[in-house]
Amino acid sequence: MRPFTYERAESPEQAARAAAETPGARFIAGGTNLIDLMKHGIETPPHLIDVTRIGLDRIEETAEGGLRIGAMVRNADLAADMRVRRDYPVLARALLAGASGQLRNKATTGGNLLQRTRCLYFYDGITPCNKRRPGSGCAAIGGVNRMHVIVGASDHCIATHPSDMAVALSALDARVETVNGGGATRTIALADFYRLPGDRPEQETVLAPGELITAVTLPAPVEGAQLYRKVRDRASYAFALVSIAAIIRREGRAIAEARLAFGGIAPKPWRVEAAEAALTGSDGGRAAADAAADAILADAEGRGENDFKLPLLRRVLATVLGEAMAR
Amino acid sequence: MRLSLTVNGEARVLELDPRTTLLDMLREHLRLTGSKKGCDHGQCGACTVLVEGRRLYSCLSLAVMHEGEAVTTIEGIGGKDALHPMQRAFLRHDGFQCGYCTPGQICSAIAVLEEMAAGRPSHATEDLEAAPPLTDAELRERMSGNLCRCAAYPNIIAAIREVAGA
Ligand SMILES: Cc1cc2nc3c(=O)[nH]c(=O)nc-3n(C[C@H](O)[C@H](O)[C@H](O)COP(=O)(O)OP(=O)(O)OC[C@H]3O[C@@H](n4cnc5c(N)ncnc54)[C@H](O)[C@@H]3O)c2cc1C
Ligand code: SF4
Ligand code: FES
Ligand code: FES
Repeated sequence: MRPFTYERAESPEQAARAAAETPGARFIAGGTNLIDLMKHGIETPPHLIDVTRIGLDRIEETAEGGLRIGAMVRNADLAADMRVRRDYPVLARALLAGASGQLRNKATTGGNLLQRTRCLYFYDGITPCNKRRPGSGCAAIGGVNRMHVIVGASDHCIATHPSDMAVALSALDARVETVNGGGATRTIALADFYRLPGDRPEQETVLAPGELITAVTLPAPVEGAQLYRKVRDRASYAFALVSIAAIIRREGRAIAEARLAFGGIAPKPWRVEAAEAALTGSDGGRAAADAAADAILADAEGRGENDFKLPLLRRVLATVLGEAMAR
Repeated sequence: MRLSLTVNGEARVLELDPRTTLLDMLREHLRLTGSKKGCDHGQCGACTVLVEGRRLYSCLSLAVMHEGEAVTTIEGIGGKDALHPMQRAFLRHDGFQCGYCTPGQICSAIAVLEEMAAGRPSHATEDLEAAPPLTDAELRERMSGNLCRCAAYPNIIAAIREVAGA
């Protein structure tokens, strides 16, 4: 690991100010992604700002009837919160489908959003990778790409965003609150938070350097069945090949409103309005599921090893809809 | 950097490079070699310890982040003269072969039973709002962050079940 200096911040404002004052400084929260990448020499911050003791570790009810989740709330605690289990089960399910008990005890809401891709070439530190070394190329295109995206790619990067939590937050229309070094705060819809790779795959979000995530807010609970289905290479402790967060509200035998977010297939949590519209008014059966899948896969492209994700997505979507309609 | 914390009930003061992980602090600086380094990247569970009663991977944590906290390693859980019930159950059920993953398995298992007693759900929990049942499916899912190269899994689950009284 490259040497670095360390400080422990005492408030969000102080943490953001410290980040603004020290070029290249990084926040460290759970550390479960950052320390790993530092050991690999992929992240080399000269200065770390420990944000685990700045507060922001509470889940509070908002005036609008939703929840405000502090950025330091641990993934395990968020999944165990009874309000989340009752009113936002898709979020609890997504969190519990991710990582392991030990990791969830440490991983934070903010850190989870900003975890980086698990692309093997990004991790190996030597092969061409535009995300790790801008301009060097992308070894995954034409290489080992079983885990990679089928939608949202560019010629510069085909890596997935690995978070399960973010997929559920996307279906829930969550918002991200931040503060910068000058003390200015802003709120960003999760839909606008992540960037597509384009020709700058190293820029993964709209956050400015040193901007601190302070909270994630959820709107008031919505009605309907909430499901999270994750397909992976082993039953637990593995990243998604395809995952779906679904919120399906029925009126009688018909779908009145559908929200679908996908993981494992795109550089960010993936929502497709046309797919949700295709389901509205339908019976959620095989034909409706196929129409929705057609909308999602319209511009999808397999890269060889990950071709299986196209039919897999179709089948998982049909299964999830079947379960939602049976509830 | 100077760091003060409690390890297995004993106050410790150390002078550490901030790069030192909690695992390396335990093994290299305090010579507590019970916690094992399997992967050093959060992928195996051999380094699992309890910090303030919660299980975590000590390889993915910086020691300096634990200022003032209480760490419990397998050495603090029990030894030859006073085995913890979980240690005794692992012995009785042959919950290991080479033993390399065992300190992590035992720390994790103790925390798993506490998490279940506190009603915390898992991926295997069918009813998110109810207390999780003590089933093999629950235990297997909750222990999935501890790999065992010797595949002692069935006996590990049997040992945990015995301690849980289920
Ligand atoms: C073996 C393994 C398996 C895993 N499996 C899964 C899985 O199946 N699904 C899944 O979703 N995840 C999985 N994870 C990833 C895990 O969820 C993330 O490592 C974790 O959520 C990161 O949170 P953290 O608090 O530890 O982040 P850190 O490592 O502390 O930080 C990550 C990044 O976020 C920045 N940061 C942290 N907090 C803030 C903030 N408040 N404001 C601004 N920037 C901030 C840091 O500077 C850093 O760049 C796995 C990890 C491992 C090691
Ligand atoms: S897919 Fe992205 S992260 Fe992976 S090698 Fe290509 S540029 Fe790097
Ligand atoms: S050594 Fe820490 S998880 Fe493997
Ligand atoms: S007993 Fe050998 S690795 Fe588990």
